[in-house]
Amino acid sequence: MSLLATDPNDRPRLRLPKSLRNPLFVLAVIVLLGVLVMAVFAAQIAPYDPLDMVNMPFLWPFADPSSPLGTDQLGRDLFSGIVQGSRATLLVGFSSAVLGLMIGTCVGALAGYFGGWVDIILMRVTEIFQTMPTLLLIIVILAIGNPSIPLIAISIGLAAWPMIARLARAEFLSLREADFVMAARALGYPTGRIILREILPNALPTLIVGASVLVANGILLESAVSFLNLGDPNVVSWGSLIGNGRTQIRSEWYLSALPGVATVLTVLSLNILGDRLTDILNPRSGERS
Amino acid sequence: MIPKPPVLELLKLEVGFPGAPIVKGIDLKIEEGEKVALVGESGCGKSLTAFSILRLLPQAARITGGQVIFDGHDLATLPAHELRRIRGKGIALILQEPMTSLNPVLPIGLQVAENILQHEKLSRRAAKERVIELLDLVGIPNPRERYTMYPHNFSGGMRQRVMIAMAIACNPRLLIADEPTTALDVTIQAQVMDLLEDLCSKLSMAMLLITHDLGAVAQWTDRVAVMYAGRIVETAPIAPFFAGPQHPYSQGLMNSSVDDGWHYSSHRLTEITGNVHSALGERGCAFAPRCPLAAPGCRETPPPLELAGPDWHVACYRRAEAMAPSPVAASH
Amino acid sequence: MSLLDVENLRTAYTVKGKTFYAVDGVSFSVGAKETVGLVGESGCGKSTLGKTVMRLIEPASGKITLDGHDIATLPEAQMRPMRRKLQMVFQDPYASLNPRQTIWQMLETPLKVHGVADPAERRRIIEAMAEKIGFPKASLQRFAHEFSGGQRQRIGIARALILEPELVVCDEAVSALDLSIQAQILNLLVDLKREMGLAFLFISHDLSVVRYISDRVLVMYLGKIVESADHATLWNSPRHPYTRALLSSVPSTDPAKKIGGAISGEISTKIPETGCRFRARCPIAEARCALEAPELKTLPGGNAVACHLA
Ligand SMILES: Nc1ncnc2c1ncn2[C@@H]1O[C@H](COP(=O)(O)OP(=O)(O)O)[C@@H](O)[C@H]1O
Ligand SMILES: Nc1ncnc2c1ncn2[C@@H]1O[C@H](COP(=O)(O)OP(=O)(O)O)[C@@H](O)[C@H]1O
Ligand SMILES: [Mg+2]
Ligand SMILES: [Mg+2]
Repeated sequence: MSLLATDPNDRPRLRLPKSLRNPLFVLAVIVLLGVLVMAVFAAQIAPYDPLDMVNMPFLWPFADPSSPLGTDQLGRDLFSGIVQGSRATLLVGFSSAVLGLMIGTCVGALAGYFGGWVDIILMRVTEIFQTMPTLLLIIVILAIGNPSIPLIAISIGLAAWPMIARLARAEFLSLREADFVMAARALGYPTGRIILREILPNALPTLIVGASVLVANGILLESAVSFLNLGDPNVVSWGSLIGNGRTQIRSEWYLSALPGVATVLTVLSLNILGDRLTDILNPRSGERS
Repeated sequence: MIPKPPVLELLKLEVGFPGAPIVKGIDLKIEEGEKVALVGESGCGKSLTAFSILRLLPQAARITGGQVIFDGHDLATLPAHELRRIRGKGIALILQEPMTSLNPVLPIGLQVAENILQHEKLSRRAAKERVIELLDLVGIPNPRERYTMYPHNFSGGMRQRVMIAMAIACNPRLLIADEPTTALDVTIQAQVMDLLEDLCSKLSMAMLLITHDLGAVAQWTDRVAVMYAGRIVETAPIAPFFAGPQHPYSQGLMNSSVDDGWHYSSHRLTEITGNVHSALGERGCAFAPRCPLAAPGCRETPPPLELAGPDWHVACYRRAEAMAPSPVAASH
Repeated sequence: MSLLDVENLRTAYTVKGKTFYAVDGVSFSVGAKETVGLVGESGCGKSTLGKTVMRLIEPASGKITLDGHDIATLPEAQMRPMRRKLQMVFQDPYASLNPRQTIWQMLETPLKVHGVADPAERRRIIEAMAEKIGFPKASLQRFAHEFSGGQRQRIGIARALILEPELVVCDEAVSALDLSIQAQILNLLVDLKREMGLAFLFISHDLSVVRYISDRVLVMYLGKIVESADHATLWNSPRHPYTRALLSSVPSTDPAKKIGGAISGEISTKIPETGCRFRARCPIAEARCALEAPELKTLPGGNAVACHLA
C-alpha cells in the first residue's frame, strides 16, 4: 500500500529555487564571500600595516605597483587600509546585528506571545528607542565610554533592535494562533518550549532577513561614526578611511571613493542577499507549488 | 427530427503545465439545458478543465491538444477578441470562493451592472434596473438597498448569490459552476443549488457542476462524469449510476461515502486504499495501483471509454469483473 | 459520573470593544468510551466550544469536570498533567503540523515533556503508534509537507494519541479530506476507539459523518445546544425544527429521494436579545418564541430539546 505522497526511497532532490539562479544574487554572494575572505585573511593579504608610512604620500592608484591603490597624505598604503579595514567594519556590522537580533527577538517574542500588559509595556519601551535619533544615541553612548570596536558594536546594536522587535512581535502574534501552536499547548508543552522550539524556528527566517538589513545598517553607521572621528583612532575601518580622505576630497578623491565603493558594494550585496534569503530559508521552496 | 447539437463538446481535451500534463484527453458532451456533474478527487484536474473551456487558465498552464466546441466554434483556438464575446454571454463561470471573486472596494450592484454593460448596449439606468431584477431573482432581499452595499456586508451564501446574479446576467447558454457550494453550509448549499436548478429550467441554461459531493450530484444534476487523474473514467445518467456504478473507482467512491442509516457499530466503510499520488508515472489505467481488480493488462495502456449501456460509458478493462457481484459490490 | 461534564459553559470574544458569547451556557457530558457528535452550521461556536473544553481558550464562566476534577480554572501548570487525558485533532492537516519539525520530533516531544525519559522506550512507543495508524516507519524522519493530506491527518491523530488520552476532541478532523481518504480516516478512528477505549467529542458540520460515527449527538445553534439525542432517535425522529431543517438539507445519494424544501435564511452573527435564537428562520415559530428563550428540557429517555413547540 503506497500512502506516501512520493516514493519513500526518493528523497526530495535538492533543487535550487528559481530565485537563486538569479545572476544578481550570485554576484552578491560572490562579493560577500570576497569581502569575508579578505577580512579573515587580512594579515596575509595586506602587504603592509595600514598605519605605517610605507611610501610617498598622495600616490594615485596604479601609479606604483607596490601600492596598487595609492597612498594617503602620510604615505600609508590604501590597499592595506581597505583590506585591514574590512575586519573592523564587518565585525561591527555583524556583531551589532547579532546583538540587535537577540534583544529584538526577546522583546518582540515576549510581547507577541503574551500580549496584554506585557505587550503594552514592551512596545512602549521599543517606541522610546525607536523615536530616539539613532546616531545621537550612538554618539551619547560613545561619549560616555571609551570608543572601541566592541563599544561601537554594542551602541549600534542597542540603537537597532526596535526594528527586529516589531518584526518578531508581528510574527509571534500571528503564529501563536496557528493550529500547530494550539496543538503544542494542548499537549502541555511548557511555554518556554513553545516559544523557542515551536514558534521561533518558524519566525526565524523573517528575522534573519531583517538582520541582514541590520548588518548593512551597522556597516553604514560604523562608517558614519568613524567619519565623525568618534571611532577608535588605533583601528582602521572603511569609515575611518573615508573620513581620513575627506580633507583631500577635491584633489585626491580616490582616498574616500575607494573605501566608499567597498562599503556600498557590501551593503548592496547584503540587501540583495536579504531579499533572497526568504526563499532559501523556506523548507518548501524546493517543492512544486 | 434532427437532434439538436450539444451546447458544449470537449474533444480529446488536453491541458497541462510545462512538463506536467494534468487533463489527459477528455471527451464530454453537454446537451441543451442539461445539468452535468463533473466529480473527482481534488487535484484530478476538474478546475483546470473548467477554466480551459473559457481559456481562463492559470499562468504557465496551456491547452496542449483537443477541441472545445461551442456554437460551432473551437474555443481552444478562437481569437481572443471573439472569445471575450463568449465569456459571460455564451458561457458564464461561478467559482468556489465567493469571498475572493468579488472586488471588495466596489458596490456589488455596480459590479453586476458592469458585467452587463460589457456585453450589451444598455443605458446605465436600464442596467441598474436589470441588476435589481437579477438580485431579486437570485433571492437577495431588498435588492434596491443592497445594490449599493459592498461585498463585506454580505454573508458567504449571499455573496454566492451575487456571483450567480452576475453569471446569469446575460442569459448564458451554459453555466459552469466550480464547487459553488463547497465553502457553504448544507442549509445554504440546499438554497443555492435549488436556486441554480430553478434558474436552469427558467432560463433553459445548461450547467456543468463541478463538485466532489455525491449527494449534490444525485440531487441536482442529470448526468455525471467521474474523473480520475485527468481522465474521465465513467459517464452515465444519474439514476442508473447511483443504482450501480460500473467503474471500480466510482464503486469505491460510492462505498466510501456514508449512506443513510449507516453506523460505525454495524457497518464498516469500504475504503479505497492508497491515494491519487500513486497515479504518478502510471502508464496504463491511472487507478490500477489502488484498484482491487487490477490485472497486469491494466498497467500497459489506459483503457478507452466504451459504451456500457444507454448513454453510459466506462473506461475499464475489467468491467465484466467489476459488475459481477464481488465482495465490494455486495457490501453496498 | 461521566468522563467529561460541562456545565453552563460560556466563552466570550471581544471584537472592537464589544463582547459576545460564542458559547453561551452550554451543558453536556461525554461518557467513557462514548462518541459524542457536535453538529451545527459554521460560526455557531463548535470550535470555540471544543477549544474551551481543551482549555486553549479561557472560559468566561461555567464548569468543566474531567475525571472528577474541575479544570475550568486550573492554572496552566496544574493543567499540564491533565492534558495527558485530553487531546485534540485539528481540521487543517496542513496548518496543524509544525513545518520545521520532522514527524519523529512531533511525536517524541510530547513523550519527553510528559516524562518518558528513556529514549529506547520513546522509540518503542513511537514505532508502535506508527504501526497503529498505518504510517510507514521509514518515513518518520521526514517533514510534514512531504506527505499528502490524508497522511498528515494520520500524523495529527498519532500526535493526539501518543499520550494515550481518554478523550479526544476532533474538530472537523475529516472535513478537509477527499471522500476516499475520509473513509480511511473514519475507519482508523473507529479502530483506534475500539483498541484504545477512546471517547470522542466529534465536531463537524457534515451531518452524514457525524451520523455515522456518533453514539450521541448535540446540535448547536448560535452558541446554544438546541437538541441532544442518541443517534438513532436524532435521525429518525428529530424534535427541534432546526435539527429537522439540517437533516432535510443533506442531499441524499439516492436520486429518487429528493430533499425537502430548503430552510430559508442564514445563521447570523447577531444574537437576538430575547427569545429563541432560531425563531427568525423557524417555520413554526409563534409569538411566545420571541419573548421567552426555551430551556434545554430533558425528555424521558435522556434526550433533551430546547424548543417550546417540540
Ligand atoms: N504550476 C503548476 N505546475 C504543475 N502542476 C500544477 C501547477 N499548478 C497546479 N498544478 C497541478 O494541477 C492540478 C490542478 O488541478 P485542478 O484542476 O485545480 O484540480 P481540482 O479542481 O480537480 O481539485 C493539481 O494536481 C496540481 O497539483
Ligand atoms: N478569535 C476570535 N475572535 C473573535 N471572534 C471569534 C474568534 N473566533 C471565532 N469567533 C467568532 O465566534 C463565533 C463562533 O466561531 P467558531 O467557534 O469558530 O464556529 P464554528 O467552529 O462552529 O464554525 C463566530 O461568530 C466567529 O466569528
Ligand atoms: Mg478545483
Ligand atoms: Mg470550526
